Amino acid sequence: MLKYTFDWSIVTSGKYFEWLVSGLKVTLELSAVGIVCAFILGLLIAVLKMSHYRPVRWIATAYLEFFRNTPLLVQIFFWYFGSYKVLPAAVNEWLNSTNFEFAAAAIALTIYTSAFIAEDIRSGILSIPKEQMEAARSAGFSYLRSMQYIILPQAVRITIPPLVNQFLNLAKNSSLAMSIGVMELTYQARQVESYTFKGFEAFTAATVVYLGLSVVITALMDLYNKKVLNPNRA
Amino acid sequence: MEEALNFQVIIDNFTYFMIGRYPNGPLGGLGLTMYLAVVSCVLSFFGGLILGLLSLSRFAVVRHPVNLFINAVRGIPLLMVIFWMYFLLPALVGKTVPEATTVIMGLSIFTSAYMSQIVRAGIQGIPKGQTEAAISTGLKPWQAMLYIVLPQGLRNMIPSFVNQFVSLIKDTSLAFIVGVSELTHVGTQINNRTMAFPTEIFIFIAAVYFVLCFAFTSFSRWLEGRLAWRKSI
Repeated sequence: MLKYTFDWSIVTSGKYFEWLVSGLKVTLELSAVGIVCAFILGLLIAVLKMSHYRPVRWIATAYLEFFRNTPLLVQIFFWYFGSYKVLPAAVNEWLNSTNFEFAAAAIALTIYTSAFIAEDIRSGILSIPKEQMEAARSAGFSYLRSMQYIILPQAVRITIPPLVNQFLNLAKNSSLAMSIGVMELTYQARQVESYTFKGFEAFTAATVVYLGLSVVITALMDLYNKKVLNPNRA
Repeated sequence: MEEALNFQVIIDNFTYFMIGRYPNGPLGGLGLTMYLAVVSCVLSFFGGLILGLLSLSRFAVVRHPVNLFINAVRGIPLLMVIFWMYFLLPALVGKTVPEATTVIMGLSIFTSAYMSQIVRAGIQGIPKGQTEAAISTGLKPWQAMLYIVLPQGLRNMIPSFVNQFVSLIKDTSLAFIVGVSELTHVGTQINNRTMAFPTEIFIFIAAVYFVLCFAFTSFSRWLEGRLAWRKSI
């Protein structure tokens, strides 16, 4: 075995602690942006996928299959290195004026996760019996209003657990943003490691933070399952 | 404004994308991606089987630590697991470990944790009466599991295993980060060398992954349909 002296103080205070905290902040920011955008986009794709028009459905299916079946890392590289040739000049200009690493990672995470979210939303909506829609339509609601007032409120309750799971995945996947230089938690842990050679401490700190996030959200989810989904059980 | 795409760079480097410098050098590109995915898949199948069975153990002393381990691995990013391997493996073995081995170990441990959940669900999906019947014919509990429950459960797990394999193929791209020259790494290499064609290169790489993963996803759906059909008759 190697001889190794632990020095936990470097990750609990001082400069390196601040690096890790700033990394956590970026991870949370990236996750928050990704979650909001991925949810909106996922909802849109799910609706398109259930459209009555075959070409629309076909486009949604192509989107879902393509982005679910390619690695997130490759998608990040595409947006970071390659997107300038296919995006309009105005969009490129706007992207360059922002923090481009962050933007590219956020776009990739959003699109990748939206494909998974769309499937979860769709199966949530499909799990609502058809009769609900038929009853709403015969009561005089339009298709969109039936969705809004009858189907979606019920579907949302069932869809929340898988959605939260996707959000957790997104938060974990945001670690890949380090590959294009976004200074999030994993990046900073690695940074601390290369400055201090205290890799064990740095990665333990990052691991504990990721685990903490997962544990808190999973616990909230269990509570939700007990209180909202199965209030009569237990 | 947008520039025209020129895919000549793909044609020029096609063999490099597919197999790296093989046979005059180490295997790389798509070949290495598949090698990493297949080896990790086999390892994590057994890892997942063992973890899944242990997580259902009658003994709390076994069950709880195993569940803790599974949930811990599922709670952190794969990248973290790979970095841990990067640190721990050399310390445990006492000498340097090749990057490909590091990645295979990281992928296997990570995927084992997910596979164990599939195994668990598959076993729990088999009616309890099967175990009870097996034990009442004189089999020991472990024999009932091995000869009666597991063979039936495993068949139902096959589509989920194939889906995990698809995830593995996608996850091998993370090997890039520790410098293993699989498909994604080869892509960035050629991108760094040619400079002018990042869009073409990453569209091509995404397409290669897509063809591969979509084929297996479709296969898994077909299997699922077949299993449902077999159960219905």
